[in-house]
Formats: sequence, structure tokens, C-alpha cells
Amino acid sequence: MKVAIVRFPGSNCDADALNAARAAGHEADYVWHRSTHLGGADVVILPGGFSYGDHLRPGAIARFSPVMSAVVAHAKAGGPLIGICNGFQILCEAHLLPGQLVRNAGLAFVCRPVTIRVESDATPFTARYTVGREVRMPVAHGDGRYVADEATLDRLEREHRVVFRYVGGNPNGSMRDIAGICSDEGNVVGIMPHPERAVEAILGSTDGTPLFAFAPVTAGVS
Amino acid sequence: MTRFLGRVRVMPRAGLLDPQGHAVEHALGALGFDTVSAVRVGRTLEIALEGESEQQVRSRLREMCERLVANPVTEDFTIDAVEAAT
Repeated sequence: MKVAIVRFPGSNCDADALNAARAAGHEADYVWHRSTHLGGADVVILPGGFSYGDHLRPGAIARFSPVMSAVVAHAKAGGPLIGICNGFQILCEAHLLPGQLVRNAGLAFVCRPVTIRVESDATPFTARYTVGREVRMPVAHGDGRYVADEATLDRLEREHRVVFRYVGGNPNGSMRDIAGICSDEGNVVGIMPHPERAVEAILGSTDGTPLFAFAPVTAGVS
Repeated sequence: MTRFLGRVRVMPRAGLLDPQGHAVEHALGALGFDTVSAVRVGRTLEIALEGESEQQVRSRLREMCERLVANPVTEDFTIDAVEAAT
């Protein structure tokens, strides 16, 4: 598949995302944030980093980048779109996903491997996982605490839109241990940990590899 | 058109965990300010702008807050606008 990795000023996981997508056999290229199109991409990745230095709030400025109109159009047309770490923050600021990611409860920047459980296989990014599978991959963020009002949290749970949940320890105080969610159609996913840093044995884990298969959703929520 | 100075105060919503406020609260306690019972940390923006009236300027500032300056999921904002000294 054709994959676009959007680079904002301050993105720093763009090369890892490109590597992971290419290793999975895709034709992947960068798209600069000033571009007004995505080069015909089938799948779009908003990578991690510190777009615009996290000024004001993480993702708050990036969401108004010229490329975001094309990203929103891609998402609204049902195209697969994933935001990783800062990309997740941008998706929330852009209202493509509900809620917000705020300062970690412990204030410290947390950078270490965590365990998360796959809670839904009904997204193009989790179709190759089995629901309930626990996977290891690193987190690296200072603002990863997912917050939303109770009604939104209840709706996410009811609609099976919590895609990943921290198990065996919550690194940031995220509400309901949420590590990743998806849009109501399932095509837009935000994840705080870094699957692109877990795609080769030498990195300590290959648990992120199935995410980059971008497989069509088959069974729905099991 | 008149020049105005808008002052926008953005605060974490009451009831939401504010770890920065807690950290400052503990530090103040450690410094001996033992009468402090709660601290919350927000931000203030000063926005210089032109407008026709205070009412019109306030309405513009509100729009700025809703679109960019504050995140309605976790933050509340208050707006103040005064005519700038010439």
C-alpha cells in the first residue's frame, strides 16, 4: 500500500515510522506539513515528536497546518489514519478523536517499555492482532494522560473504541488506563506508545509489526 | 478602530487533576508557607488587537479561545479587555 508519513516541524519519529512501513512491504514516503495533498496515499501516519515545540498544548498548532485539510478529508472518506504519540495528540486537537492528552500525572517524562492489551481488532491497525493479546512497546512522552468526560469515556467503552489499554501499570494516569482509541468508524486510531519502535528483534520487541500490516478489517469486534 | 489589550486567562477545569498545581503546592509547603491549601497552574495570554468596541473585541477573543487558545475538554477561560493606552 501507499503510505504517507506527515512531517511537522518538530516531528522526530518520522524516520522510524517510515522504516516500519517499508519493512512491512509498503511504499512509504514523507509528506511535508505545508503540502496540501497526500500524494495519493492509502494510509496516513502522523508520527511522534514535538510538533511546534509543544507550544500552547501538544498538537494545538500542528492541527492548523496546511496538510491537515487533506488529512481530515482522508479520514472523513474512511481512509486509514493513525496518530502515534504526538500524532495522537494532534488527532485529538483536530477533533478527529475525542478527548485530550494532558500532562502525565507524575509530571515526569516517561520513557520505558510498557505492556498494553489489544482491546479491539476492528481497525485497520489491529486487524492482525487477537483481542486480548498483550504486547510490549515503549512509551516516550510527557503529556500522555488521556482525559475525557465520563459520558465520552462510557461511549468509547460501549462502542468498543478503546483499542489499547495499559496493563500491569499505568505510566501516566490515563483515565481507564486508555493507551489508544479509535473513531466511530474505526479508521482513525490514536496510540500513545510507539509500535514503530517495536518492529525488529534488535529493538527488544517485534510486537508492533502486525500494526503496520494495515490489514482490512474482517471479523469486526469479536 | 481602537487599540485594545485583551487578557485571556486559561485554567485547568475544576475537579481535574492538576499535577503542576500539586507540585507547586508541595514546594510552597516545603518552603514553610504552611497556610497554602491549594494551588492550580494555568496560563495568561496578553493579546494586543484592534477593534470597534470592547464588546466586539471580547467576542473576537472568545472566538480565539474556542478555536485555539483553550481546549474545551480540560480548560476554562475568562476574558478581560481594556482599551490600550495611547
